[in-house]
Amino acid sequence: MNFTFKNQFSLKHAAPFIALIGLILLGSLVNPHFLSYSNLIQNVATRSSFIAIIAIGATFVMAGGGLDLSVGSMAAFTAGTMILFLKANEQGAGAGIIALSMLLALAVGLACGLFNGLVITLGRIEPFIATLGSMVILRSLFTYLANGGSLSISPALKDIYAPVYEGSFLGVPIPLLAILGVGAVAAVLLYKTPFGRHVIAVGSNEDVARYSGVSLSRVKVLTYMIQGLCVGVAVILYVPRLGSANSATGLYWELQAITAVVVGGTLLKGGQGHVWGTIAGAFFLEIIGNILTLSNVNVYLIGAVQGVIIIIAMLIQRGINRR
Amino acid sequence: MSPDQSTPIKENQGLVAFQLSKAFGENSVLQDVSLIFQRGKVHAVIGENGAGKSTLMKILGGYQLPSSGTLALDGKLLHFTGPKEAEALGIVLVHQEILLAPHLTVAENIFLGRELRIGPFVDDEAMNAKASALLSNLGSNLDPRARVENLTIANRQIAQIARALSGHHDFIIFDEPTAALTPVESEAVFTVIQNLKNQNCGIIYISHKLDEVKRLADTVSVLRDGKLVAQQPAKKLKAVDMAHLMVGRELGALYPPKVIRTNSEVALQVENLIVPPSLSSANFVLHKGEILGFAGLIGAGRTELFEGLLGLRPATGRVSLGNKFNSVFSSVAAAAKAGLAYVTEDRKGKGLLLNLELTPNLTLSTLQQFTNAGFIQHRLESAALDIAFSRYDIRARSRDMDAGRLSGGNQQKLLLAKTLQADPSIIIIDEPTRGVDIGAKKQIYELIAKLAQSGKSIIVISSEMPELIGLCHRIVVMHRGQLVGTLVGSDINERKIVTLATGTEKQAA
Repeated sequence: MNFTFKNQFSLKHAAPFIALIGLILLGSLVNPHFLSYSNLIQNVATRSSFIAIIAIGATFVMAGGGLDLSVGSMAAFTAGTMILFLKANEQGAGAGIIALSMLLALAVGLACGLFNGLVITLGRIEPFIATLGSMVILRSLFTYLANGGSLSISPALKDIYAPVYEGSFLGVPIPLLAILGVGAVAAVLLYKTPFGRHVIAVGSNEDVARYSGVSLSRVKVLTYMIQGLCVGVAVILYVPRLGSANSATGLYWELQAITAVVVGGTLLKGGQGHVWGTIAGAFFLEIIGNILTLSNVNVYLIGAVQGVIIIIAMLIQRGINRR
Repeated sequence: MSPDQSTPIKENQGLVAFQLSKAFGENSVLQDVSLIFQRGKVHAVIGENGAGKSTLMKILGGYQLPSSGTLALDGKLLHFTGPKEAEALGIVLVHQEILLAPHLTVAENIFLGRELRIGPFVDDEAMNAKASALLSNLGSNLDPRARVENLTIANRQIAQIARALSGHHDFIIFDEPTAALTPVESEAVFTVIQNLKNQNCGIIYISHKLDEVKRLADTVSVLRDGKLVAQQPAKKLKAVDMAHLMVGRELGALYPPKVIRTNSEVALQVENLIVPPSLSSANFVLHKGEILGFAGLIGAGRTELFEGLLGLRPATGRVSLGNKFNSVFSSVAAAAKAGLAYVTEDRKGKGLLLNLELTPNLTLSTLQQFTNAGFIQHRLESAALDIAFSRYDIRARSRDMDAGRLSGGNQQKLLLAKTLQADPSIIIIDEPTRGVDIGAKKQIYELIAKLAQSGKSIIVISSEMPELIGLCHRIVVMHRGQLVGTLVGSDINERKIVTLATGTEKQAA
């Protein structure tokens, strides 16, 4: 793909993957159990699915020069509505109701994304401020729905739903398949369609895009809707995990998603996007936590170590970009 | 260094460059260039893009080190490691791009980073007073308290010069100071240069505008492919001689012969177009195969007129493409559908995605042409780039390079190629050759003439009068948001354009 892979910058594009491989090597040295199927695939890859899928959506938003701070609250709100819908239809509920609730989650995500997109384009409000607003709104709505506590589906329903998170196909956990599936669709959309090219153009220079006949509003609204849709997919995987949502649901997910995107090589200022890099970035974040847990680092310090490692990774990346 | 080589350095007063060479890897950009710049003289350095002018200036200004060769000031050897050292000796480079903070005042910009203080506090009064003295010394009465964002481009240029000259200055390098200015506005810059010359400063002047060089310079040095090919008193050279020296071959006529139009079919008719607040009611007609010029000072509303027409800024009015009238276009995409294309004057800010490769730039407005079942076919895009390379003579070091790394002329050709990719029937070109060297200029003029001959209708907006006079069948002149006259045939001359453009005289309708 001559457009996304420049020869002179191959190192830059490979950097997130090299970092990921380096981290995996480090992990295998720290703990022999690290490289096992049950840890790396069943545990790490599965757990990273929420952030990875949301971060794929964030790749579109950020490639287009935008930012979405509301994804964590959006995930909580979407999970809340989904659980309430399931609770309301609990009597004799089966796979059909669950499928319907999944559609609802996607629709809620899309609607939230549309709202963000319209506030930003029609309202001409900075993405940072607009999504800061919806972050607070959606978090409050969730708390209201949950009446300040948590929302859960019945154990019977959870048992029916659980395979979506815990199941696997040909030995590959469903959440990992979901990451790869969403990633493949996203990569085609971003690299192979006029829409994807327009996203890059808008993020690179809005004026040039406008003078070239690209509709800024349409492109931007669509990126936020894609982000909302990705949140919906993540929620579909999240709800069967515990069967409930509470005030911790989606907390700091926006920060983790943005970090995954940036570690994956997409610049905050837009004008480029790396779908597979983002996925590598999400794995990277999860693996750091996993290695620290396996090496018995004090749990209260894991966040601090994660932060330091992310900053070091970005400093290295910056050194590569400068060359 | 052998003694005989050092003699020109020892003997000559002024700023001496001796056998300067500069290479980047295997790519040699400056070869064995020796020049002497004297105080109280204007020494112009001209050459095509890529001839080595800017490298020479950067070496003189301390921004780059030569690969070999020597610099000396009044017989003393210089070894710069940065622009600060050059500035300390009074060698100052005035950059081409305007680098000022728009929300700050003129005085605040002049003293940015070296504010005058009373204790820990900035001393606005002292800075305003000093800035005022500095500006009047340059022959300008600009208010130091004026915010830069409210200034005309010409006055911003003056403020930029004042900032460069706020320290000790002895030799001043001007890098195309009038590139963004109309001839009338340039006068203010010429006054500044004349004043500096009278104060016995040495002026090193770079410009593509050869008539300016002819007018200002005492000596003209010509660079071509990194070598000094000629040095002569400006008195002895005509502008056309300079062009020949720069290009190294007979350039022939810069403008292709004007083809007499026989077709009087209307291609575009605009009625009562209003673009607040820049344009009050414009009416004009463009014919098929015609090249119609739009002349006027910066701020006359030329760009605004066409941006309004194409839906790039709010506007009202009626437009007809030969049959029925509609309201102005709602967007660039709608205009493109009707066969109208606009080439912006601001190719770096609005024309090209500088951080992306050539292909996505070429195909951005016409991506649908390159899709199959909704997916972009990179093979088709790549083929289009090949065609554009040969058809428009775009010279790129590699296919994968970013558009921002092309020279000005090649960027302009890429922008034209991008616009023509949609095969529009009406092409509006705003400043077709701004910041483009003379060889590329000629190619662009030929392209415009060829397009018109093939039946396309073209509007050229330009601040360069010779360009309009040389190319256009008719010229519309604008003054302060109004169309004040249309010139045809023998009426097309500089004097008529200037009198109309400055509002000295309004043509009877």
